[in-house]
Amino acid sequence: MLVIEGLTRRFGTKAAVDDVSLEIPAGSFVGVIGRSGAGKSTLLRLINRLNDPTAGRIRFGDRDVTALGGAALRAWRADCAMIFQQFNLVGRLDVLTNVLLGRLNKVSTGTSVLRLWSADDRAIALSALDSFDMGSFAHQRAESLSGGQQQRVAIARALVQEPKILLADEPIASLDPRNTKLVMDALQRINKEFGITVLCNLHSLDLARAYCDRLVGMAAGKVVFDGRGFDLTDDVARRLYGLEAGDVVDETVPTAPVAAREKAFA
Amino acid sequence: MRADTLPRLDPTVRDRLERGYLYATAARRRRMLVGFGLLVVSILLAGWIAEVQPAKFFANFGSFTKYIHDILPVLHLDAADTGIAEWYWGWKRWLRLLGETLLIAYVGTLVGALGAFLLSFLAAGNLVRSPGLRFAARRFLEFCRTVPEIVFALIFVVAFGLGPVPGVLAIAIHTMGALGKLFSEVVENIDMKPVEGLVSTGAGFVETVRFAVLPQVMTNYASYMLLRFEVNVRGAAIMGYVGAGGIGQDLLEAIRKFYYTDVSAILLMIIITVVAIDMLTETLRHRVLGAEGAR
Ligand SMILES: Nc1ncnc2c1ncn2[C@@H]1O[C@H](COP(=O)(O)OP(=O)(O)O)[C@@H](O)[C@H]1O
Ligand SMILES: [Mg+2]
Repeated sequence: MLVIEGLTRRFGTKAAVDDVSLEIPAGSFVGVIGRSGAGKSTLLRLINRLNDPTAGRIRFGDRDVTALGGAALRAWRADCAMIFQQFNLVGRLDVLTNVLLGRLNKVSTGTSVLRLWSADDRAIALSALDSFDMGSFAHQRAESLSGGQQQRVAIARALVQEPKILLADEPIASLDPRNTKLVMDALQRINKEFGITVLCNLHSLDLARAYCDRLVGMAAGKVVFDGRGFDLTDDVARRLYGLEAGDVVDETVPTAPVAAREKAFA
Repeated sequence: MRADTLPRLDPTVRDRLERGYLYATAARRRRMLVGFGLLVVSILLAGWIAEVQPAKFFANFGSFTKYIHDILPVLHLDAADTGIAEWYWGWKRWLRLLGETLLIAYVGTLVGALGAFLLSFLAAGNLVRSPGLRFAARRFLEFCRTVPEIVFALIFVVAFGLGPVPGVLAIAIHTMGALGKLFSEVVENIDMKPVEGLVSTGAGFVETVRFAVLPQVMTNYASYMLLRFEVNVRGAAIMGYVGAGGIGQDLLEAIRKFYYTDVSAILLMIIITVVAIDMLTETLRHRVLGAEGAR
């Protein structure tokens, strides 16, 4: 179980994540929703410790994640794999190597730096790739693939980390509808077949309702909703997005100063 | 769509936005002007303090051209071969010294680039969180490149004696400083997404550099290294002035002892070599960068 207690992260004076407390049981598929700037990405990055919290605690089992450093921190990161909106693959390396990078925490630096991957690791990586229909792309440079393909490579990389948790930061925000379904199905399989807890930031309410067994709504860094998909009434959705629930889109042109918009939910 | 059908902002809002825009850009323009003015003033000031006197340059231009004229050999068309043989009487020795010069530049560049390679990652602000370590790496590189290589060479000649070793060391240290700075700037301009991707998997610093940074910087590193080799060939040519090996010693001797035609013979050899090296490394550099673009 992942337990988050009073987690806060400030950038300057602004709290991107503001006193968030959550309990996430093992094996659940949680969707984190909210508009752009609500603090969803920061929350996931805090859990992986790509950002350090200003206050609060994260616990996983008997590990105090917020207190980790050095090798223990790297081991934790391997345990909570992360996939990103922009895939974050190494574009100039081939697909198989990208997936093998997910095994780095499990091999010694000396052998990995020389690319002396074991036959076992290669087999694991190839079968992970193949299970997302990407086996035949193993030799291609990652940057030559389409977005949907790259995201599936990223999911394969996450899987070979043998993680306990998978954090997905808007994994489908730059994909077309067909690839959206492929990637969401892949996440679902990881959750159902491997029992890995999935925490997924999403923009689209429909997708969140369809795939997640629990939704966490964020606004201005705070959790403003926590429940099942059908509990999320149109009224709550409007409160979350400040828009018609039907057209939940990224606002590119703010109509009022940011501070004023954010106070609405404070 | 016709322009008059486009929406117009409410005048009060428009005025506010417009004022903000003008205010912001005016500040930028002012800064530019002040900066330019300061530049001009400091150029004039520097010239005045350093007593740069253009008039003196023009007054003495004649003695400079006379020197050029004096060092040129007198060649007659009907006996050009014997004339050239006489002019290049010491070609065997000069060629050997020129080869030594190239080797000094080559080894110095390699050793220096290796040091620069290792330090560049520590000096890069986007990779190293510890400000202390970054500060130390940067100041060290700064020291290595601010001290002129000829000064290092002088010190090493005193320490290690005459010969090419002090030349190599001097060039290596200066190269480490100069390339380390360039390399770390290459690192600071990389795409950080792959780096985050790797850090998120639990990879350590060395692995992150190896797999997320190196693939992005290798071609630029190679290109800068070749460029530095060109510079170092020129640098190595004067190492002999302080007894640190290469052709420089013979050139200096020829100048000091007024062996006029020797000066021009050696100079010509150096110029041809430098031009050849420049052309070679330029082709190589374009090949390296071209391979990058084609991928
Ligand atoms: N590295 C950062 N530096 C400064 N501000 C940041 C940084 N990362 C996020 N923020 C701010 O924190 C808030 C939450 O951002 P984020 O977590 O990316 O939101 P979301 O993912 O929900 O769109 C935003 O207002 C954003 O501007
Ligand atoms: Mg985000």
